[in-house]
Amino acid sequence: MKVSLKVWRQKNANAAGEFKTYASPELNPNMSFLEMLDVVNEELSNQGEEPIAFGHDCREGICGTCSLVIDGKPHGPHKGVATCQTYMRSFSNGDRIVIEPWRAKAFPIIKDLVCDRKAFDRIQQAGGFISVRTGSAPDANSIPVSKENADLAMDAAQCIGCGACVAACKNASAMLFVSAKVSHLGLMPQGQPERYKRVKAMVDQMDTEGFGACTVTGSCEAVCPKEISLDFIARMNRDYAVALIQGDPKQVVGGGAG
Amino acid sequence: MNLLQRVWRSSLGKKYLMALTGLALFGFVVGHLVGNLQVFGNPELINSYAHFLKSKPGLLWGARLGLLATVAVHVGAALALSAANKAARPVAYSGGSAYGSSWRSRYMLVSGLVIMAFVVYHLLHYTVQLSPVNGVKGGLDFHSLTTRLADGTQVQDVYAMMIHGFQVGWVSLFYLIAQALLFIHLGHGLSSMFHSLGLRNHVWGPRIVAFAQVASLAVFLGYASIPVAVLTGMGGDYVKNLKKAPTTTIETLR
Repeated sequence: MKVSLKVWRQKNANAAGEFKTYASPELNPNMSFLEMLDVVNEELSNQGEEPIAFGHDCREGICGTCSLVIDGKPHGPHKGVATCQTYMRSFSNGDRIVIEPWRAKAFPIIKDLVCDRKAFDRIQQAGGFISVRTGSAPDANSIPVSKENADLAMDAAQCIGCGACVAACKNASAMLFVSAKVSHLGLMPQGQPERYKRVKAMVDQMDTEGFGACTVTGSCEAVCPKEISLDFIARMNRDYAVALIQGDPKQVVGGGAG
Repeated sequence: MNLLQRVWRSSLGKKYLMALTGLALFGFVVGHLVGNLQVFGNPELINSYAHFLKSKPGLLWGARLGLLATVAVHVGAALALSAANKAARPVAYSGGSAYGSSWRSRYMLVSGLVIMAFVVYHLLHYTVQLSPVNGVKGGLDFHSLTTRLADGTQVQDVYAMMIHGFQVGWVSLFYLIAQALLFIHLGHGLSSMFHSLGLRNHVWGPRIVAFAQVASLAVFLGYASIPVAVLTGMGGDYVKNLKKAPTTTIETLR
């Protein structure tokens, strides 16, 4: 099979970008989408042209590095898979495929289809952790967790931080990502001591990064390769309301003994 | 920082304000609908209701100012959020609308702004009763429509005013368009309200969505029924009799 690609090319963060159209060489329908790009790039470099830059790493849907808005949908035509697990058999011979990078102010483009997602790292650093004594592994089952909470926390923990939610949202909102990270820890007993401090810090960092707000359009949930539920955003909203009313904790004097 | 500052500066805080003011406005929309549906009773019913409201100026103005403040917060937060949302994606995608987004959610700002323009017209039309905007052929000052209640109090004939008002085709059409937009706005807003306040989980999510659909449709049908009923002839005889002898009631009782 052969396809034609309309790809966003942009030299660097400051350069103006534009779409360019390329014809692919003969493809195997069982190639992954990224392998197809590899083949196209090989031909481009043989012709002396700059290959198309795109993000990729594990190529098995767990690292969250691949991106690409394919024909208007982040991660391509299927539900619940990342671009790396999208195969050419999902397209037809002669298709014209439009490929764009994630587009958001908080995700500046580095080159072509690669964008800078460090904003997500900074949100995580703001509160996406628990503070515990490290040391030998604790005894299993020493802290009981209810089955329901364990399941929900696992659902949230599936987030691979790819940023498809931001890419899909008409407001470029990072709410689904942040809510998954907040809920994942907020549902576990180990996450309780910092539960409200965490949600406050992470949401405030999200605002600072310049992501939009949630208008409950449902786009994020529809494109998430890990099918994270919109309900987590409601959960985060609930926790943040409590944090907002509580305000910042008062400074303790006398070492907390008073 | 105090609580108000914390709420306004945060994107989620503004969503809470949108949700709470939206809830208050929905409450008003329902109350107003119940009041207006009295037009389907005899003229005395809605006339005495309107007189009752006007006879409590403290309550009336309290409610009016409260509503005005609520609208101001709702619209202010909407504009601030929408500006931030637009700024969050400086370069648009080449394709059409956002994948997987519900169509109602994409028209919240537009539907809201048109509804606001409608409310301004509606206030000039039936509250201030500015004659040039009512479009009645030959001109009619709604203030001149008076009647007497069973106990003899002279009051404004609100029933006749509504009939005259909605007999004008383009006015009724504008009301119907505004109600259709309110239907779209509430269909999304009523469920998002719970979402923004965090009152939603996987069990209640579908129920809340269903509630929003049913409630927005009920509000639409309720409000739309009034101009439609007038256009199809309700109250026609009543205002015709008034025209023949516009001041009979007053004169005879004197």
